[in-house]
Amino acid sequence: MTGAPPIVEMTGISISFPGVKALDAVDFRLFPGEVHTLMGENGAGKSTLIKALTGVYKIDEGQILVAGEERRFGGTADAQAAGIATVYQEVNLCSNLSIGENVMLGHEVRGPFGINWKATHRAAADVLATLGLEQLDLRRPLATLSLAIQQLVAISRAMVTKPKVLILDEPTSSLDANEVANLFTVIRRLRDQGVAILFVTHFLDQVYAISDRITVLRNGGFVGEYPTRELDRTTLISKMIGKDFATLRSLGSERQSHHYEPRGEPLLKAEDLGRKGSSEPTDLELHQGEVLGLAGLLGSGRTELARLLYGADKPDSGTVWLRGKKTDIHNPTAALAHRIAFSSENRRDEGIIRDLTVRENLVLAVQAKRGWFRPLSRKEQDALVRKYLTELNVRPADPERPIKFLSGGNQQKVLLGRWLATEPDLLILDEPTRGIDVGAKAEIQAAVAALAAKGVAVVFISSELEEVVRLSDRIIVMKDHRKLAELENGPHVTAETIVAVIADEGDDEEGDSE
Amino acid sequence: MTVTTRPPTGSAPGTAPSLAERLGARLSARLSALPTVAALLIFVGMIIYGEAAYGRIVQFNTLSNLLVNNSHLIILAVGLTFVILTGGIDLSVGAVIAFSSVAGVMLSNAGWHPVAAVLVMVLIGSVLGLISGVLIQYFGVQPFIATLATMFLARGLASMLSTVPERLADDSAIRELATQLKIIDGDKVNDLVITPGVIAAIVIVVLGFLVLHRTRFGRTVYAIGGSEQSATLMGLPVPATKLGIYVISGTLAGIAAVVYTSRLGSAQNITGIGWELDAIAAVVIGGTLLTGGTGFVLGSVVGALVLGLMNVLITRDGGIRPEMTTIITGGILLVFVILQRVLAARRRATQG
Repeated sequence: MTGAPPIVEMTGISISFPGVKALDAVDFRLFPGEVHTLMGENGAGKSTLIKALTGVYKIDEGQILVAGEERRFGGTADAQAAGIATVYQEVNLCSNLSIGENVMLGHEVRGPFGINWKATHRAAADVLATLGLEQLDLRRPLATLSLAIQQLVAISRAMVTKPKVLILDEPTSSLDANEVANLFTVIRRLRDQGVAILFVTHFLDQVYAISDRITVLRNGGFVGEYPTRELDRTTLISKMIGKDFATLRSLGSERQSHHYEPRGEPLLKAEDLGRKGSSEPTDLELHQGEVLGLAGLLGSGRTELARLLYGADKPDSGTVWLRGKKTDIHNPTAALAHRIAFSSENRRDEGIIRDLTVRENLVLAVQAKRGWFRPLSRKEQDALVRKYLTELNVRPADPERPIKFLSGGNQQKVLLGRWLATEPDLLILDEPTRGIDVGAKAEIQAAVAALAAKGVAVVFISSELEEVVRLSDRIIVMKDHRKLAELENGPHVTAETIVAVIADEGDDEEGDSE
Repeated sequence: MTVTTRPPTGSAPGTAPSLAERLGARLSARLSALPTVAALLIFVGMIIYGEAAYGRIVQFNTLSNLLVNNSHLIILAVGLTFVILTGGIDLSVGAVIAFSSVAGVMLSNAGWHPVAAVLVMVLIGSVLGLISGVLIQYFGVQPFIATLATMFLARGLASMLSTVPERLADDSAIRELATQLKIIDGDKVNDLVITPGVIAAIVIVVLGFLVLHRTRFGRTVYAIGGSEQSATLMGLPVPATKLGIYVISGTLAGIAAVVYTSRLGSAQNITGIGWELDAIAAVVIGGTLLTGGTGFVLGSVVGALVLGLMNVLITRDGGIRPEMTTIITGGILLVFVILQRVLAARRRATQG
């Protein structure tokens, strides 16, 4: 990043959608050979800005210069022709084709007899080699690869056209630490080759690990552009959410000091609850007004255990007592009747129904619980919706907007409202804060804390250990589909404690006493 | 978290894939071809069974007739392979054949030059395919509904032209397209014969294969079947391709109409009822997934021949009532679909 002119210069970009100003006079610059992170809460306008740069949206006002020339993009193809390539959050490849075919789709090398597959595969191998991925077998079907490698294949594909600008839209949201490290190796390689990289993520650690500069957006407006080393985390977060970081802090300390003493009969008690292949027999107790955290790495069996509690999967061992009575929760409808609600980790596929409005999404569970022959009147629906939109601060608070137009954080709030509307005694939240921004996270955490205070028992599942520690009264640590330990939360418990529990256990197994 | 610049390890792309991994990859690459191989095996099995049980199957005239009598179905199946590979469907092809043949015969009998009449027959298919494609691509109509509409349209147009069998004049040059050319002159009637219709079918199969595997258009067809959204975001020409496949399917239906009419020498508005379903069955038996993305033109040819051979065997048997043909077709189809489901499940399982 010397005195070279910016490869992309966007000035005064404004985009309006009916009723909303999505971007308001935003400036953005990108230099060759740098990693530039775009930060902001969900709904801040990051995606809109990216879509303006990739030609998906037309800009209403402003100017886009690419390599000094003014450009008006009529579509994604125009942006690609101008040397701007994009890799999206969800891997957008064809799982029915091989790695080589995916990398070269649309750029196959052609000879007199149509596509020359030999040359095409050679070209694909060259691209993979420049990214240091020469060991990938080109003929391997994409479907057999892990998501992390598919992500790398997607980047390779983007590099086929030798773009000057590479946009990575939340490429790390489903990768583990090792995979992120691999991805960063590739990103650094590309940066050193002079590619300008625009990186979007929610993970602050990653921002500081990889980026040279940060542009912050808030509510569609431009907040500022900063060199990463001159912007500390606290300042960054307060710039993103536009309020004092202390607000967030206080929530955390409040919960950690609170320590719930279980009294009386547990709301739910399970003994030896398990299912072959997904969950080892587990004992657990859950009291009213308690937040029980399930901590563990991805794939440690947290979701599987939650699904057993909710009746989504059928346990093949164990007994469950609900309010002191032996109960068989054999399916989700039964669970709902017993006032147990479960919010899935898979917001997109198992949570929201994209084309329905906020109101329709919100009343779904209540309606299901009442039975479809006793429809909720419009008045009842409106009352419910108003209540939860206000309580959970859903923005925009427009009940008739299709939910697909809301940001992830606000979709999650609507989902939370859906289950709250059924007035559950036990609420299971599986990764309610995944992929949403700091502000919405804080609001959801606050809502969970408030619920517990009202006497609802909450099972809280999250990959973010800090969050589990902050919210939970007790924490069950899981590994390899079984319960490793149960911790009473208190000031002495931190994320490191949980990591230590998981790590220690591994050592014991290997007989390594060090 | 720690971010290091060390080379990636584990199953990550830094190390050579292990033998087991490579074997797994090869196996799952083959798995997609397995239904097609199974169809081929069943075809061979049927021939062997037929030869053993009834005799006179493995000989020139039976095999030639199989090709001659099913060339129109093969052509239709090639068109539907394109459509189904993208995850679409074309229900209009049977009705397109009816309209195209009736129109062609009437034009020819009205004194049109045979070449012009044939051209119009093919173009009728292209235009109807274009209508379906526009409905699907630009009006967002489901392929099932859009082609259902074209099907009714074509059937209605055919009925408006005529509701009685229209006989092609005996001296019409169109009939020459069904001329039986002897390639090998066997003893008695056992000759290897071929018709221009069969040649057309073979050329179309070869072209279909080349287009699908050797052109960017063909790769886009597979990509759309894998994920239309991904294909769009990859910058592939999805709208043009989708439009293209329905035009191809319609055009091939027009060509099939020419081939069929020339052989039969007459056309009627009720010709081709249910042929779209025969062609779909052929495609599915040949190993193309109805959800799109996986399949082969050659498989569809085998599928069409399996259906054709089944008819031959049922006729030869004599004991099976011809009414049972559709039940047997349904049974075979069911077996193949279940086979595909099992394979799909196995694939998912191996992916963990």
